Parts: sequence; C-alpha cells; structure tokens
Amino acid sequence: MQTLTPESLTQLKLKANDVRQGIIRSLLAAGSGHSAGPLDMADVFAALYGHLMRHDPNDPQWPDRDRLLLSCGHIAPVRYSAMANFGYFPVEELLTLRKFGSRLQGHPERVTLPSVETTSGPLGEGLAQGVGMALGAKMDGKDFHVWVVTSDAEHQCGLHWEAALAAAKFKLDNLTVIVDRNFIQIDGSTEDVMPLEPLADKYRAFNWEVLECDGNDMAAFVETAQRARTVSGRPQVIVANTVPGKGVSYMEGDYTWHGKPPNAQQADEALRELAAERERILADA
Amino acid sequence: MHSLLDYRSGKLEKIPTRNGFGEGLVEAGARDSNVLGICADLAESTRFEGFKKAHPAQYIEIGVSEQLLVAMAGGLASVGKIPWIASYAMFNPGRSWEQVRTIMALNETNVKIAGAHAGVSVGPDGATHQAIEDIAIMRVIPHMTVVVPCDSVQTKKATLALSAAWGPTYLRFGREKSPVFTTQATPFEIGKAQTFREGGDVAIVACGILVYNALLAADKVAREDGIECRVVNNHTVKPMDEAAILDAARTCGTVVTVEEHQKHAGMGSRVAEILAQQHPTPIEFIGVDDRFGQSGDPEELIEYYGMGVNAIAEAARRAHRRKKS
Repeated sequence: MQTLTPESLTQLKLKANDVRQGIIRSLLAAGSGHSAGPLDMADVFAALYGHLMRHDPNDPQWPDRDRLLLSCGHIAPVRYSAMANFGYFPVEELLTLRKFGSRLQGHPERVTLPSVETTSGPLGEGLAQGVGMALGAKMDGKDFHVWVVTSDAEHQCGLHWEAALAAAKFKLDNLTVIVDRNFIQIDGSTEDVMPLEPLADKYRAFNWEVLECDGNDMAAFVETAQRARTVSGRPQVIVANTVPGKGVSYMEGDYTWHGKPPNAQQADEALRELAAERERILADA
Repeated sequence: MHSLLDYRSGKLEKIPTRNGFGEGLVEAGARDSNVLGICADLAESTRFEGFKKAHPAQYIEIGVSEQLLVAMAGGLASVGKIPWIASYAMFNPGRSWEQVRTIMALNETNVKIAGAHAGVSVGPDGATHQAIEDIAIMRVIPHMTVVVPCDSVQTKKATLALSAAWGPTYLRFGREKSPVFTTQATPFEIGKAQTFREGGDVAIVACGILVYNALLAADKVAREDGIECRVVNNHTVKPMDEAAILDAARTCGTVVTVEEHQKHAGMGSRVAEILAQQHPTPIEFIGVDDRFGQSGDPEELIEYYGMGVNAIAEAARRAHRRKKS
C-alpha cells in the first residue's frame, strides 16, 4: 500500500465530498432511505476505494480483488455513491436508487449487482460471511484482504459475536472490521437502546487487535487502516468514531436522520454546504 | 419400476439414513477438494467423523453456532468452495432460517445443508430435537432444492448428486436405523420421483423412511381388500416431479401422501397444491397432525402420531372410498 502524499490526501477528501453529494442526490430521487450513516461513512468508503483496497472497477470479478462487505446494508447509498465515483457505473445511475428495476436495490443484492459481494441488510451477518471468505482465502493460499464494514448497533446481534469467535480461532489476519461508531440507531442512542460500551474491550476479550480513530479524519483513518494491515496472527477491528450525518450541519448528531431522506429544500441546502466544503478542501490544499 | 430388495421378506438390514450421508460425503470430498464439511459440535451424530478423518484439510469445526454455520458457509461458497453444513434439522435450518433465506437463497450461494435427526423418530430426545416443520420452511424458499431420501443407500446417492449440482440445497435425513430396500442399481436423480410399486386403485406418494411403511401398507390393503396401490418415492420435495404426481393421480384417481412431518405445509401439501390446480383429486394426508412430538421409542412414536403401516393402510382405504363416492 502506498503512503499517502498531501496530493493524494486532498484527492481522497474531494472524493469523499463527491460521495456525499451523490448520497444526497440519490436519496432525494429515491424519496426514502437512510441519511445519517451513509454520510458519516463517506470518508471511510473514499479511503477504501481510493487508496486502501486492491480492486479494479473494469474487472469487478477479478478473483484476487480485496472483498469489501457492507454488513449494515441500510447504508447502501454510501457504497453505491462510492462505486459510481470510482468508476463501477455511471454517476447518473445513482438516481435510480430504490426504484423498480434498478440494480441499486434498497438494500444491496449481489445477484443484481455482483460487485457488492454479498446481499445484505439483515443485520449482524456481514462478519460471518467475511470470516468464510477470509478462511477460504487462507485455504487456497490467496492473498486478498477482506474488509467488513459494520454499524455499531449490529453489535447487538448474537451472530456477529459468533463470527468474532471464529475469526480469532482461525487467526484471520486477512480480515479487518470497520465499525461505524456513530452511537445512533433507529430508536435512539445505542447506549440507551442497548449499551455497547466498552466496545473496544469486548473485541480485546475476543482476542482481536483493536484500533481506534476518528472516522471522519481522512489522514487518521488511512494511517490506522494501514497499521491494521501490518498485524499478523489475528483479525483487526477499527472502531471508527464518526459523526452521524457528517457534512450536513442540520443532520449532524441528530439520530432522527438515521432512517429518512432529505426533502428538496433540505437537499438543496445540503448540496450548498457540500459545495462550500469542496472549496475549503481545495483552498487548504 | 425400479429394482428393490425383497422388502416383504422381513430380513432387510437396518442402517440409519445419516450413515449414507457420512459415506457419501467422504466420496464427494475425494472427488472434489472444494467440498468442505463444516460442523457445529455434532460430528459423531451427523456422521461427519469419516469425512474429518479422510479429508482433515476440508473439515472445519465451529462449535455451537448455527447462524454462523450458514453465514460462514455463504462466504466460503462465494470464494469457490462447496460447503456441506450439518447439524440437527431443528437447529439448522430451524434456528438459522433467515440466514438460509438471505445468504443461501436470495444471494444464490452453493451451500448444502444436511439436516440430521429429522422427524419424531429421533425418539428419546423429545420434542425440542424433533424437526417436523423443516420441510415447510425450506420448500417455501425460492431457488432451494429439498431432498428427503428413503434409506441410507439413497441418502448416499443424494449426497453425491447434490454435491455435484450447483445451488442451495437441503438434504433431510434421520437418526434411527431404518430398513434398506433400495440397491446400488436403483437409480437416483434429483427431481425424478420413482414408482416403487405398481397399482391402479390408490396412489401413495411418500418420502423419507416412511416409504418403507407405505410399501408394507400397500401390500396389506392388496391382501386384505384387493386394493392395488401405486407407491411413489417422492424424494425431491422441491422441485417436485409434477409429471409423476399428475400421472399417479390420473391413473389412480385418489392419493395418500406420507411424510414424517407436520401435515401442514409439507410434501403432501405441495402434492395438494399441484393437484388442486391441475387435476383435483381426493387426498388423504399421513403426517403429524398439528402437534409436537415427545420422548419415546422411534417405532412407538411413529405409531402414536399416526404414521405406522396400519394408519397408512386405513388412509388408503379412506382414499379408495372417497373415489367411489
């Protein structure tokens, strides 16, 4: 993996901004869907597709590609927008999100869009499938890496922890989990609904390597992910602390934006804010 | 008609259907190194032990975690493996149904479920361990293949055939020893029902180990009432051999279905769906009547829940009377 130059850092930040704009446009066109999670994971997805992962948008079924699994399928708009902005399909296709006949189903479906790797949405299932892929890679001597993006609230699912046990048993150092730690879920704060803290300690107790960073700080996240990749003998988790709705001021930190889209006026305002943010990124470069 | 051993002799060897799975899997693993066995802490009772010994590099133990069993197998299948996952049917697919639907079927992965200890013939373990709803919850899932073989020899053939056929699969078998009446020469093809006895008065459509009871019941009503039954081994519940079901119904004009499962939504219900739409025919259902099982000897339980030879014979008589009325 290449080190991050100042120029490539700026490029990644611009890509994250593009991804956020794509999220807003697609959610407005869809008229339903989730806003807060997709926006807060835009930096992570830009880093994955733009720097961290081995992949080729022109050969999406390349057998040696890194696998990226989105366990929390409801934040699909961020993945779709990232894929479009990194060349998997035209950006205009984002406007078909959640529409009849679209490849961009409300929750990702591998059969209609193979490059999403798994059909997801029912929570707590991504890590277990990632464990299977990472174990399969080890059995066949393949060196691709498996990345699993999870929400924080899906750590309330038992299956996730069954998989955490297995990842440690099989010493899957070719597996990295990224937790979108935004502290919100549909019914409120994760710590009110069903407390997860101390989350990092739970993973430590499961014999995982635990890393933590600001998931909305591009340089910090890339550095942390690169450090995770150097770990041998056990799986890694990156607890990425994020601000729900990141990049759109009226959504930031408000759990009520977990599961609804902006209306036309709200979308305009969001896009204006994101355009201003883009100017700031360029000015700072 | 297919060659069978002389099931009337009373001298048939009795072997558990699960042994056929174990033997078939050893052979499937030798034929293709991508065939895996994934075990959830039931190696001996699901008959994984032979596979574990023969193909240690293809064997994975994950402990008591049936949801993981399905989901992890989905991941392995997506990188080219052919995972067989085995537990008691009550726990997989009983506990893991949503993962089966999403990860195996909607996501179209080549995962094979071996559902062991199905039916009340599990015996002393009691109702918690007696899966009698599993055919229903599996046959309702799109893309799923559901096979319920009639003895250990056929279970071995089914294991090999399903290993070589692409697609999500459910193979159901039992714990207890049951008579072996098919032979190496008896053909087996996924989706092709088999006529094991000819007759034009009543069609008995059965699956699993109760095919044997169906054959004995057919002899009984022939002997005592002069009613000749066609006995169909309907081992593939999905996709069901509609042509064979329709032919049996047209020829005999009345049908008895036999399965070690709830009458609701099982194999017989599928037969009824086919006939109601294409050739309305009187049907009698043999199975568990909307109840749970309990501890007991396997044969005692089969009798108590109305799936013994006499119960099937009585159903054949009822079916025959309904045809005349």
